[in-house]
Amino acid sequence: MALTMPEPDQAVLARRARIAATLSAIVPGEGVIASERAMRPYESDGLTAYRSLPMVVVLPSTTDQVARVLAYCYREGIKVVPRGAGTSLSGGALPLADGVLLGMAKFNRIREIDYDNRVVVAEPGVTNLAVTQAVEHAGYYYAPDPSSQIACTIGGNVAENSGGVHCLKYGMTTNNVLGCEIVLMSGEVVRIGGKHADAGGYDLLGVITGSEGLLGVVTEVTVRILRKPECARAVLIGFATSEDAGKCVGRIISAGIIPGGMEMMDRPAIHAAEQFVHAGYPLDVEALLIVELDGPRPEVDHLVLRVETIAKECRALSCKTSESEEQRLLFWAGRKAAFPAVGRISPDYYCMDGTIPRAKLPQVLTRIRELSRRYRLRVANVFHAGDGNLHPLILYDANEVGELERAEAFGADILRLCVEVGGVLTGEHGVGVEKRDLMPAMFDALDLAQQQRLKCAFDDKGLLNPGKVFPTLHRCAELGRMHVHAGKVAFPDLPRF
Amino acid sequence: MTETLRPRSPKEVEDAVQWALAKTRPLEIIGNASKRALGRPAQTDLTLDLSALHGVIFYEPEELVLSAGAATPLHDIDAMLAEKGQHLAFEPMDYGQLLSGVSNRGTIGGMLAANLAGPRRLTAGAARDHFLGFSGVSGRGETFKSGGRVVKNVTGYDLCKLMAGSWGTLAALTTVTVKTLPRPETQTTVLIVGLDDATAVRAMTAAMATSCDVSGAAHLPAAVAGRIHLGEALGAGRSLTLLRLEGVAPSVAHRKAALTAAMKPFGEVQGSDDILSRNFWRAIRDVMPFAAARGTAERPVWRIVTTPTRGAELARAIDPAGAAEVLYDWAGGLLWVMLPPSDDAGAAIVRRAVAACSGQAMLVRAPPAVRAAVDVFEPPDEGLAALMRRVKHGFDPQGVLNPGRIWASL
Repeated sequence: MALTMPEPDQAVLARRARIAATLSAIVPGEGVIASERAMRPYESDGLTAYRSLPMVVVLPSTTDQVARVLAYCYREGIKVVPRGAGTSLSGGALPLADGVLLGMAKFNRIREIDYDNRVVVAEPGVTNLAVTQAVEHAGYYYAPDPSSQIACTIGGNVAENSGGVHCLKYGMTTNNVLGCEIVLMSGEVVRIGGKHADAGGYDLLGVITGSEGLLGVVTEVTVRILRKPECARAVLIGFATSEDAGKCVGRIISAGIIPGGMEMMDRPAIHAAEQFVHAGYPLDVEALLIVELDGPRPEVDHLVLRVETIAKECRALSCKTSESEEQRLLFWAGRKAAFPAVGRISPDYYCMDGTIPRAKLPQVLTRIRELSRRYRLRVANVFHAGDGNLHPLILYDANEVGELERAEAFGADILRLCVEVGGVLTGEHGVGVEKRDLMPAMFDALDLAQQQRLKCAFDDKGLLNPGKVFPTLHRCAELGRMHVHAGKVAFPDLPRF
Repeated sequence: MTETLRPRSPKEVEDAVQWALAKTRPLEIIGNASKRALGRPAQTDLTLDLSALHGVIFYEPEELVLSAGAATPLHDIDAMLAEKGQHLAFEPMDYGQLLSGVSNRGTIGGMLAANLAGPRRLTAGAARDHFLGFSGVSGRGETFKSGGRVVKNVTGYDLCKLMAGSWGTLAALTTVTVKTLPRPETQTTVLIVGLDDATAVRAMTAAMATSCDVSGAAHLPAAVAGRIHLGEALGAGRSLTLLRLEGVAPSVAHRKAALTAAMKPFGEVQGSDDILSRNFWRAIRDVMPFAAARGTAERPVWRIVTTPTRGAELARAIDPAGAAEVLYDWAGGLLWVMLPPSDDAGAAIVRRAVAACSGQAMLVRAPPAVRAAVDVFEPPDEGLAALMRRVKHGFDPQGVLNPGRIWASL
């Protein structure tokens, strides 16, 4: 594996037994795990190609314990890696050999449901789906719905700014969080926002969301809940080319329609999904679009007609609209099972996550097909078509020597391609360790230095989740140095007054 | 005497900041200076005028994205989007009426730096939620960028959020990219007449609990409603509670019927047509009842954000005697409060009431001397304040960008 993590601190490792004992005093009972066997489940997250046993695992259950653990680690110069459910697909929760793994699973209670203000206050270890389950009997739901929603935690969602198929219309995590309590690496507890809009001052909530566990540890989250739409219908549209499908997506949006979800699959993904769940997908098409419209019944029926008309104008080969809730769920079942379905036709697959300007889709798919031939690896494409978020699944066999490395190189080429056409390296999975070394494809040294200075404001010793997101670690003192070019400035010649 | 630097390109902005750093001359940053009367007054005698950085760089309606020079007038952008049936969904307000009695929408950079929003904040968020990417010059005199041109992006820290509402204290934005969205085809407003404030907040809460997709929920007590002309037969000396519905015509009609039925238990319900509805919400967005031209220019105005269900309670706590006038928006979550003139513009009483009810208050309209003397923005507790100072230091260690514009210490 080409990945280089920060060099383990031998002085810290030498004190391992004492550190574990101190942590046990802070989090008594079964709160500390130090045996190799018991730590094994924590050695990787959803990006299983990378593994590393932590120095010790600690499972606090109160904010005070988190604060004392962090304050101790800060004083002693010990690295900390926070972890929710460990579903990250980018290695965001990959442990460090000389670091404490801070598992937040015991923070699993919903603290308050406030229907009148349309918010839920939850501990970070509550799963994404559990938030919706807690309020659905009253007709509400929590909008961001990453595919891992059964397992992934709301705290992890904040760290990763998770999305899902509905974020085209309802936004990502960052648009649905109103407040949080976080513990800084120093052990200091800060509360930001609450049940009202706008926390005041700099939007720290906005930067903590999506900071991949590098700025602070979330110990409480306040999220917005929404009223469930009256009804939803899905339109399944098949096309002879991805160009036609892409054009249809653009035409729908140009017509002023923002669907609740708009997903595209290419031929390999359609076939894999259909074999797996028999959703009734057409097999003679190159691209399949699922357009879901939600809202009051008259609105949905009205928009369904418009979408069907647009589909015809875009030379759709087939067009089918769900007539019942069962049928709608069946249309989605194939899409939702696309990843495991691909897992059935290949020993392993590697899921990528770039975003591109939508109009570049045909060009990007053509280039991916060329790369697929060059790397001799098959690829299936699943695409959040509405917001341009592309998930190519690269099929490989980890037991074949060199295939994983080839898959990774192929994936890196796809992400560079995304940036080249005006897109970004990651739409919802995060940078983590996976895309860390690709960051210079998108950002120059000054961009990255400025981001790292933000980290210094939260974590001046660089102890929280180091080795993630940034390809090169700099000390805060070094980043803080100013280079003023006194005397070499041409500005006085410019027009003034 | 105030001097002005007028860079003609992003590179010249970098040169200007470098020059200011070398001379240790702090800068006041302006686009068209529409927000000069807002916030804490700038503590400098050197202005960085970015007005030359104007013009739309690209606008792709199908991709829902627009990129422009930071000083591009919002007015121009609105017109361009309207032509394609789109808009900025968060409904950025126009502070001009409130501050000077004249419409002045300012620039897109100013809109972002102040994190503007409007009544649709309820469902569409604020400027922060639609800010996709930027390039700018930090207080270190370095050009840097963040974000991109696509909506779904988690590559690196989301510095757009940090820039939104930072009042130019972290970077001088040079180029910005925002999300555009389709404009609703039609709208209507359901009105409930004659409710007292507490009942109105309960009615708005009930409206938000329906599946009618209410995209605006405001309450104008009788005195406030009387300050503007809202159309014949409406109000007539009574309070108005307004609920906006937007979308395609069949949907709006359906929801109007449902919402009207749901609101009947609260009081007399009326409807409005599309044009009247647009006028209402424009007036509410821009806080027209308290516009400076209406002989109220001397009276201080506060913008208070709170937990929606506590809106009426907060208003009572500020003003048990009834000397204040309050306009409620965001279903009770936003209060515009106009107070009688006083030495501290009512700061002591407002801060005390907000502390008891949750939320935060900003002094929007007051003479410069008052805005320099009292905290204009809600002072954070010490831990958060220290964190924000460290953030500022990371972007602008020598304090050359809009020093003291938010708090004296920032």
